[in-house]
Amino acid sequence: MKGVMVKLTIEEKTYSCQPGETVLDALLREHVNISYACKKGTCHSCMVRSADTLPPEAAQAGLKNTLKKQNHFLACLCRPEQDMIIKLPDQSEFYTEGTVVVNEMLNRNTLLLVIAFEDAFEFSAGQFVNLQRADGLTRSYSIANTPQESNTLEFHIRRLTGGRFSEWLHDEITVGDTIAVSEPRGHCFYLPERSEQGLLLVGTGTGLAPLAGILTDALAQGHSGPIYLFHGSREFDDLYRIDELRQLARQHQNFHYIPCLSGKHVPEGFTHGRVNEVALASFTDLKDWRVFLCGHPEMVNQMKKMTFLKGASMKDIYADAFFVTPV
Amino acid sequence: MTDTQNNQEATMSKTLYERIGGEAAVNAAVELFYRKVLNDYRINRFFDDSDMDKQIAKQKAFFTMAFGGPNNYTGRDMRNAHAPLVKMGLDNSHFDAVMEHLGATLVELKVPADLIAEAAAIAESARNDVLGK
Repeated sequence: MKGVMVKLTIEEKTYSCQPGETVLDALLREHVNISYACKKGTCHSCMVRSADTLPPEAAQAGLKNTLKKQNHFLACLCRPEQDMIIKLPDQSEFYTEGTVVVNEMLNRNTLLLVIAFEDAFEFSAGQFVNLQRADGLTRSYSIANTPQESNTLEFHIRRLTGGRFSEWLHDEITVGDTIAVSEPRGHCFYLPERSEQGLLLVGTGTGLAPLAGILTDALAQGHSGPIYLFHGSREFDDLYRIDELRQLARQHQNFHYIPCLSGKHVPEGFTHGRVNEVALASFTDLKDWRVFLCGHPEMVNQMKKMTFLKGASMKDIYADAFFVTPV
Repeated sequence: MTDTQNNQEATMSKTLYERIGGEAAVNAAVELFYRKVLNDYRINRFFDDSDMDKQIAKQKAFFTMAFGGPNNYTGRDMRNAHAPLVKMGLDNSHFDAVMEHLGATLVELKVPADLIAEAAAIAESARNDVLGK
């Protein structure tokens, strides 16, 4: 078999990969602690990321397009053609200090937090970061804006009763404070391909944050297919950005905004029902649609299944469920 | 040897996996198949749908195996993986239902009947391991 010996670099350490050998086999031979299972590209347990070069095409077979774009690849399928710098999934991450520039309430329990950075912060709308307090307490939050907006990140933070991190952000953080922010993560974002494709966005509560970023990004990149955003909560007071989203729907013919309320009191202009049920009832067939789901984990899992059964392909279903850390 | 003979030999030596279309064929079949399974009240309780991505990966492994493609599952892996389902009551009738959906999926994809028969025979050969017999 043709091939050359190449160097694999992981966190300052260098390993050799023999001609014809896969990255996984080379790392296992070198006793690197890497998770794996099937060794044939099916289970995705050994997914890692190339930090510098484009991985060989064959090593990205079966991955979601957003993962491919970030140079993720399967170590078991990768026979490298050149030296590579590899990042393992559990590798410690790099934090950047940012300064709080906006700190105001979006509704009775959701805080709008905008953090500014000295240099450009690279990310894709819809990704999330970890925020870290000086004592090391860390939580993940979705980014709500798009990278075009001048070195800032926007977050929607819901106050969780007894939630140490959210209460700290709500009660103690003020404009001018600094906060540590990790590199962006997650593969739930918009790619400007197949712009005629229908986009279905469904979110509960602050699940609107990543969806707002994805929506802004898709519209800015000239997405021409229909875009439906279903945002739900139990009560009217827990929705937010209603007027802005209605305004956006008036400006863009292909964008439709459907705010849903599952509680008893439903003012005019709002749809009564659970957001996932309302969204599903609105479509008979989701074949060829791209779906973004954010918010309550049960809602997200159930919608993954239901949108798949309605014809959406799994590779077109994107989700980042919130996992609420127990208090 | 004549060219015709050579061609015949080449066709004969190709695996079912190659003749049926390799990974592309697996990808085409998996989603069709899994929709049928999830919609089938006889068997959908055996398919844990809490992680759809993992389930799709498992179905992909199943089709790769049924097509005689590269896999390193042993009879023992099959037994261990399905043991919890056997405890839940997995029996021949459920295996038959899965075979039904496998056939229907391949017919829908217009796979020639002789290749479907080959794939069905490979899947059938795992029956005893899957059912823990």
